[in-house]
Amino acid sequence: MRVTVNGEPKDVAATRVDTLLGELEFEGTHFAIAINYDVVPRARWSETEIAEGDMVEILTPRQGG
Amino acid sequence: MVAFYNEQFSSRLLIGTALYPSPAVMQQAIRASAAELVTVSVRRETAGGKTGDAFWSLIRELGVAVLPNTAGCHSVREAVTTAKLARELFGTSRIKLEVIADQETLQPDVIGLVEAAQILIKDGFDVYPYCTEDLGVAQRLVDAGCRVIMPWAAPIGSARGIVNRDALKLLRQRLPDITLVVDAGIGAPSHAAEALELGYDAVLLNTAVAKADDPVAMANAFRLAVDAGRAAFEAGLMTPRDFASPSTPVIGTPFWHAAS
Repeated sequence: MRVTVNGEPKDVAATRVDTLLGELEFEGTHFAIAINYDVVPRARWSETEIAEGDMVEILTPRQGG
Repeated sequence: MVAFYNEQFSSRLLIGTALYPSPAVMQQAIRASAAELVTVSVRRETAGGKTGDAFWSLIRELGVAVLPNTAGCHSVREAVTTAKLARELFGTSRIKLEVIADQETLQPDVIGLVEAAQILIKDGFDVYPYCTEDLGVAQRLVDAGCRVIMPWAAPIGSARGIVNRDALKLLRQRLPDITLVVDAGIGAPSHAAEALELGYDAVLLNTAVAKADDPVAMANAFRLAVDAGRAAFEAGLMTPRDFASPSTPVIGTPFWHAAS
């Protein structure tokens, strides 16, 4: 299945958010995730399904002004 | 103390976490500033990366409250989603709301800003909007429910100081019950002191400290300037006038005699 992760096209086998993180080897602990501009709370990562063409944003804390 | 929505802080200096020469200098500068509220952002993580985790542990060591921003957002939709992501990531409903109109000047899109503020206030956010010095826009933000307004002094990172002093004074006069923060364009401690002397409740800055030759010493200088500016405002500044008025007593001046 082809999805866009942080702006880059990816072919992935995962069908849910939590398995997508594992497949793409995101190893940190502080993430926030949005799919197609909708925030997916951490508590729902294991049940939220990913569909073909989804835009997935995987975000972390960063320096800011 | 200064009120930001239902929170009280003793420091009137809000400081950014970006552009420092090293993470250690960032921590030392924030400590030297005595700021209790620091700005942070949300950005894409690279696969396998732990950049976010490393940064977040540095901030938590400082024991400060965070004010996440929506820097780089050019639409209401991006800003609203980024705010919700920040709430999820940082566990706070504070949001420094930025909607940018122009990439070269980072001029705020004040129309998008008001719209995004309306949405986020209804969703329970404490919105800290980064705006221009326009009174009409500030009043629309207040109407939307904002209790904090953050007009710029000058474009972000420009170090020009307060460009439109009269408009900032007018905002203070017309919005006496709103917490007003000068955000962006501060280049020197004297600029920060000037904002506090005008009756502004606080200043928010980043580049002026981070890009100083010695960021830690500069953070301390800003801390002193903000305290001095606030103390001056509370003491009540005299009104400027056009002509001289001698400060030394005239009576008893040596060699004085009546005009012949």
